[in-house]
Amino acid sequence: MMNTLESAGAPTLVAAKIARLQRIQDFLFHRVTQFFSLSVLFALLGIIGSLFINAWPALKEFGPQFFITPAWDIVNGDFGGLIAIYGTLVSSVIALLIAVPLSFGIAFFLTEICPPPLRRPLGTAVELLAAVPSIIYGMFGLFIFAPIFGDYIEPALQATLGKIPLIGILFSGPPNGIGMLCAGLILALMILPFIASVMRDVFEIVPPVLKESAYGIGCTTWEVVRNIVLPYTKAGVIGGVMLGLGRALGETMAVTFVIGNAQRISASLFAPGSSIASTLANQFGEAEAGLHYSSLFALGLALFFITFVVLAFAKWMLISMEKKQGLKS
Amino acid sequence: MSSNINLDMTVFARRKRANKIGLTLSMIAMSIGMTSLIWILSILFIKGFSAVNLNMFVASTPAPGTEGGGLANAIVGSLLLVGSCTFISTPVGVLAGLYLSEYGDRSRVASLTRFVTDIMLSAPSIVIGLFVYALYVAKVQHFSGWAGTIALALIAIPVVVRTTENMLRLVPGSLREAAYALGTPKWKVAFMVTLRAAQSGIMTGILLALARVSGETAPLLFTALSNQFFSTDMNKPMANLPVVIFQFAMSPYDNWVSLAWGGSLLITFTVLGLNILARVVFREKVQG
Repeated sequence: MMNTLESAGAPTLVAAKIARLQRIQDFLFHRVTQFFSLSVLFALLGIIGSLFINAWPALKEFGPQFFITPAWDIVNGDFGGLIAIYGTLVSSVIALLIAVPLSFGIAFFLTEICPPPLRRPLGTAVELLAAVPSIIYGMFGLFIFAPIFGDYIEPALQATLGKIPLIGILFSGPPNGIGMLCAGLILALMILPFIASVMRDVFEIVPPVLKESAYGIGCTTWEVVRNIVLPYTKAGVIGGVMLGLGRALGETMAVTFVIGNAQRISASLFAPGSSIASTLANQFGEAEAGLHYSSLFALGLALFFITFVVLAFAKWMLISMEKKQGLKS
Repeated sequence: MSSNINLDMTVFARRKRANKIGLTLSMIAMSIGMTSLIWILSILFIKGFSAVNLNMFVASTPAPGTEGGGLANAIVGSLLLVGSCTFISTPVGVLAGLYLSEYGDRSRVASLTRFVTDIMLSAPSIVIGLFVYALYVAKVQHFSGWAGTIALALIAIPVVVRTTENMLRLVPGSLREAAYALGTPKWKVAFMVTLRAAQSGIMTGILLALARVSGETAPLLFTALSNQFFSTDMNKPMANLPVVIFQFAMSPYDNWVSLAWGGSLLITFTVLGLNILARVVFREKVQG
C-alpha cells in the first residue's frame, strides 16, 4: 500500500517541480528579452536627454534665438545655429529635387519597363549603390566629381541659368566645384538608391488587377503609372521620399568632403557653406569645454529633432501604406 | 465626322508621345543610376589598386612627411571595433527582436519600440557619436576603442532587432503549436524552435548590420578617434579605416591620399561582399 502511494506520488512531485522550474525560466526569459527590447527605447531617450543637458549652457546663454541667429564666432564666443541649419536644409532640398525624379524613373523602369530576367540583377545593383559607405561618396565627390563640376558644369550653368534675373544670383560667384550645389548633388547620388528601392517596393504592391484593367481600356504604360500606380501608392512614395530626406539631413561624411566648410550664408549655390553634420565633424574634436562645446551639442539637438520629425512622418506614411496592403489582400 | 476622327487621332498621337517621353526619361534615369555605380566602382578600382600592395597590410600608418607606410593598424583596429560591436549587438538585438515577435506582438510598448527602432535605423550617426562622447568619453576623459564599439553597437542593434523580428514572423505558427503540444515551455519554443527555424534569416540581419557599421565614419570621429601607432588596447584611441581615410584624404601628402584610396577600396569591397553574402544566405533559406 505504501509502496504504490509513493510510486504514484513521486512523479507528480517531480512534475510539479519541473513545472515550477519552467515557470521561473519562462518568467526570466520574458523579462530578459523585454529588458533588451526596452533598452532601445531608453537609448533614444538617453540620446535626447544627454544632447539637451550638454546643450543647455548654450541654450541658456543665447535663448531660443540660437536657432535663428547666423553667427559662429569661436574667438569671441558668439554662436548661432542658423548657418549650419540653413546649409543642412538647402543641401538636402537640392538633393531631393534631383533625387526624387530620378528615383521615380528608376522605380518606374524596374517595375514596368525592365525585361523580367534583368529585374533582379538591376534591382540588386541599385540596392548595392545604397550600401556603398558614405565616405566613399565623399572621396569620389572631392577628388573626381568636384573638379569636373567646377571646370565644366558650373561655368555652363552660369552661362545659361546665371543669365536669368533673380534665379541668376543662385549661380553667381567663382566656380570652384566645391560648395553647396556640389554637396547637394553628391547627397542626391547617395539617397537616390534609398528612395528608388522604397518606391519600387511600394509600386510592386499595386494589385495587378488594377493595372490590367487600365491596360484593358487602352491606357499607355505612362498613363497607368501616372493615373493608377502613383495615386494608389501616394503615401508610400511620400514615405520613401521622407526617408531619403532623413538620410540626407543627417549625412556627415559625403557632405563634409564637398560642402567647403565655410561658416557663412551665401545667396549663391556655388559658394561654400556648412551643414550641422559637417560642422560637428570638423569642430567637435577641437572644441574647448564651454560655449563652443555646448553650442555644438545644441546643433546636434537641432539635427536630431529635425530628422526625428522627418523620419516619424516617413514611418507614419509607410505604415498607412502597409495597412492598405493588408486590407486589400 | 471627319474632324472628329482627326481630333481622336491627335489625342491618340499626343498620348503616344507622352508615353514615349515618359519611358525615355525613365530609361535615362536608370542609366544615370547605373553609370554612377559603375563610375564610382571603377574609380575606386583604378585609384585603389595602385595603393594596394603587401606593405599596406603589414606597415602602420606613416608619420607626416615620411614615405611609404601602410594601413595595418587601421585594418586591425577596424576588425577589433567591428568584431566587438557584433559581439555586443548580436545577443542584444536578437533577444530584443525575439521579445517583439514572441511576447510583445501587438502591445502598445512593442509598437512604440518598433517605431523607435525604425527611427534609430536612420538616425544621424554623428549624433550617436555625440551621445557616446557625452556619456562615456567625457566621463573617462579619453577617447577609446570601447567608446567606438558602443557607438557602432548603437547603430547595429536596430538593424539586428528589425531583421530578427521580421524573420521570426515568417516562421509558421504551426511549428510553434507543434512544440507547445509536446508540452514545451514558451521560452524553449522561442529559443530552440522559432529562433532555430529563422536562423539563416537572422544571420542575414547580422551580416547587414556588420556591413552597415564597417563603413561608418561619423560616430567614430569623437569616440575611437584614431591612433597613429599599432595598438590593440581597447582602452586607448584606436586606429580604424574610415577615420584614417577621412584624415588622409584631406591631407597634402601624396602617399597619404593614395593610402586613403587603398583603404576606400578595401572598405567598399568588404561592405559590398557582406551585402552579397547576406543575400546569398537569405536566398538559400527561402529555397530550402
